[in-house]
Amino acid sequence: MSMTRRGFIVLSAAAASALSGAGGVQEPEARYRMAEHWWAMTIDIDKCIGCGNCVKACAEENQVPEGHFRTWVERYTVEAGDYEHPRVESPQGGKNGFPPAAQSTAKTFFVPKLCNHCEHSPCVQVCPVGATFESPDGVVLVDEKYCIGCRYCVQACPYGCRYIHPEKHTVDKCSLCYHRITKGLTTACCEACPTGARQLADLKNPKDPVHEFLRTHKVQVLKPHMATGSKVFYKDLDGAVR
Amino acid sequence: MPEQQLLDAEKGQAPVIGPGHTFATVTDKISSVVLTQRQPLMWFATLSTAFLLTMLLLLAVTVLFAKGTGIWGINMPVAWGFAITNFVWWIGIGHAGTLISAILLLLNQPWRNSINRFAEAMTIFAVACAGLFPILHLGRPWLFYWLIPYPNTMGVQPQFRSPLVWDVFAVTTYATVSVLFWFVGLLPDLATLRDRSQTRLGQMFYGMLAMGWRGSARHWRQHEVASLLLAGLATPLVLSVHTVVSFDFTIAILPGWHSTIFPPYFVAGAIYSGFAMVLVLAIPLRAAYGLGDLITMRHLDNSAKVMLGTGLIVAYSYLMEAFMAWYSGVGVEKFLMLNRMTGPYAEQFWMLVSCNIVIIQLLWFRKVRQNTLALFGISIVVLIGMWLERYVIIVTSLHRDFLPSSWGMFHPTRWDWATYTGTIGLFLLLFFLFVRLLPMISIFEVRTLLPEARVKEETRA
Repeated sequence: MSMTRRGFIVLSAAAASALSGAGGVQEPEARYRMAEHWWAMTIDIDKCIGCGNCVKACAEENQVPEGHFRTWVERYTVEAGDYEHPRVESPQGGKNGFPPAAQSTAKTFFVPKLCNHCEHSPCVQVCPVGATFESPDGVVLVDEKYCIGCRYCVQACPYGCRYIHPEKHTVDKCSLCYHRITKGLTTACCEACPTGARQLADLKNPKDPVHEFLRTHKVQVLKPHMATGSKVFYKDLDGAVR
Repeated sequence: MPEQQLLDAEKGQAPVIGPGHTFATVTDKISSVVLTQRQPLMWFATLSTAFLLTMLLLLAVTVLFAKGTGIWGINMPVAWGFAITNFVWWIGIGHAGTLISAILLLLNQPWRNSINRFAEAMTIFAVACAGLFPILHLGRPWLFYWLIPYPNTMGVQPQFRSPLVWDVFAVTTYATVSVLFWFVGLLPDLATLRDRSQTRLGQMFYGMLAMGWRGSARHWRQHEVASLLLAGLATPLVLSVHTVVSFDFTIAILPGWHSTIFPPYFVAGAIYSGFAMVLVLAIPLRAAYGLGDLITMRHLDNSAKVMLGTGLIVAYSYLMEAFMAWYSGVGVEKFLMLNRMTGPYAEQFWMLVSCNIVIIQLLWFRKVRQNTLALFGISIVVLIGMWLERYVIIVTSLHRDFLPSSWGMFHPTRWDWATYTGTIGLFLLLFFLFVRLLPMISIFEVRTLLPEARVKEETRA
């Protein structure tokens, strides 16, 4: 088949146009708007089996250095009638699970812990350079480029969630897997939890099951008397938990 | 007998200046320490020890910068250890100098005149040592300047709600005003040294520092106005600096730190330890340089009385701290106080109580206050006690934090000790260089204590 010069130019232009459409500008992904979210987490104490998968997943996802934890699990052993003096263990942050509990009448349960992403964060107030800040979607983040490593936030956090990174010499803590949640994924710890004890929640999303959860269960936060505006909600938290 | 000494005898107190002095003898005696007198053995011994300790500090800081703060004993949960303890201790020591030079000037207390110069020098060197620690304890100390607001293309400023930023302002203001006040006070004496110096180098050195002082009536008038203004500025700083330092703790909602009693308690403690350091420096100096007629028993006695007074405020604060822990009904506060008294740091706690409360009760006795050796010993004990106080506040509040699963202990390393003792060396090095190069007692102010000065003033009036 012979092709005229005019036909060749038209065909080439059409092909170029089609190629540029395919390999160039893609259909824009739904953009993440911070103002439309208010992140939180729910933890169902009854469902936690202390397997430590969440700790492992967090360490893997966020390159948490050995011996430090962005999230960890504590095992509480509360003897009957002695709620003031619970025994608390967290070997290796509960990363490899827990040894069997001694046979006794004591109440035993697991409490996963992480940064509470407080609305009125004591750590944000004390940071002298503003490296620790609260994002508009309710996540307390650390900009490691700005952190000078003064450790003030480490002392100020009533939940013990922060540590100094041994190599970077800056502070580190749970970021609620911000790099994941802003892409529509859940956090590494929630992803790895075999029982669904941990659930990421978006309090600004009316369709999020968290609303149903909060409405139908008794939930508490850690240290409510400190008025930090904690956003990690525990279902059936025992009064002995510190 | 001179009038001043008669009055003193009536009050039953030692005079503020020994008998037989004239304008000329005062000038001779003080300036000879710098210009002509051979330095005593004590000066050489202290300076060489201090130099070695300063070298140790340099080594410790070099290793720190190379390896990071991991060389110290700090860890989780005790992330503030020796560095902040030392910072608060040194800042506290500085307070006595400003109190003596500024507040006692405004209160028209003549006994300050013989001790204000070296006490103010002590303040400056103590603040210099204190200023090192907040920088050294940073994970990335080379970025310390981010704590200072400065115009930058990124538009980034410090976070002004943080007490650490308040510290930067408080301490730098304090250091600046202290240096200015000290230097302005030195001017007439620098001119005296310039005029009396026999060497060309001395004349040039003191001449440059004297900034053209000629002792004219105009110079004196401006000097007096400047001194009073700076004293007025320095006076509130005595209270504000340690108040702000105490905010470092009170703002953090940590049991053992989060307390409203801290500001007055810290200020009293600062003056307490500061006067202890004044005595630790004054007693050997007056003995080694034969200055007993200028730094008399009156000065030592008054300093001891201030120590006793502020020590009692500190004792009251300890009691109130314990009482409030019980009275508040907050379990963690109660636990913390009991843990301080009976826990793993109980030894340090009871040692500080003994040093800061029990031993100073000896100062009620005049005989003890008149015994220089006893005063020196008690002052050393108070300095140790006040260091332990800061150590206990910081470490015991942190080692048993909110999370029982992360409880731990603080074990200082040799680098912690090297840095701390190194700053003591730096302090002594600077101080003994000051003693050698500048008049450690204010010549012109001591001359105003003489009856001659008083008579002339009255005659003129």
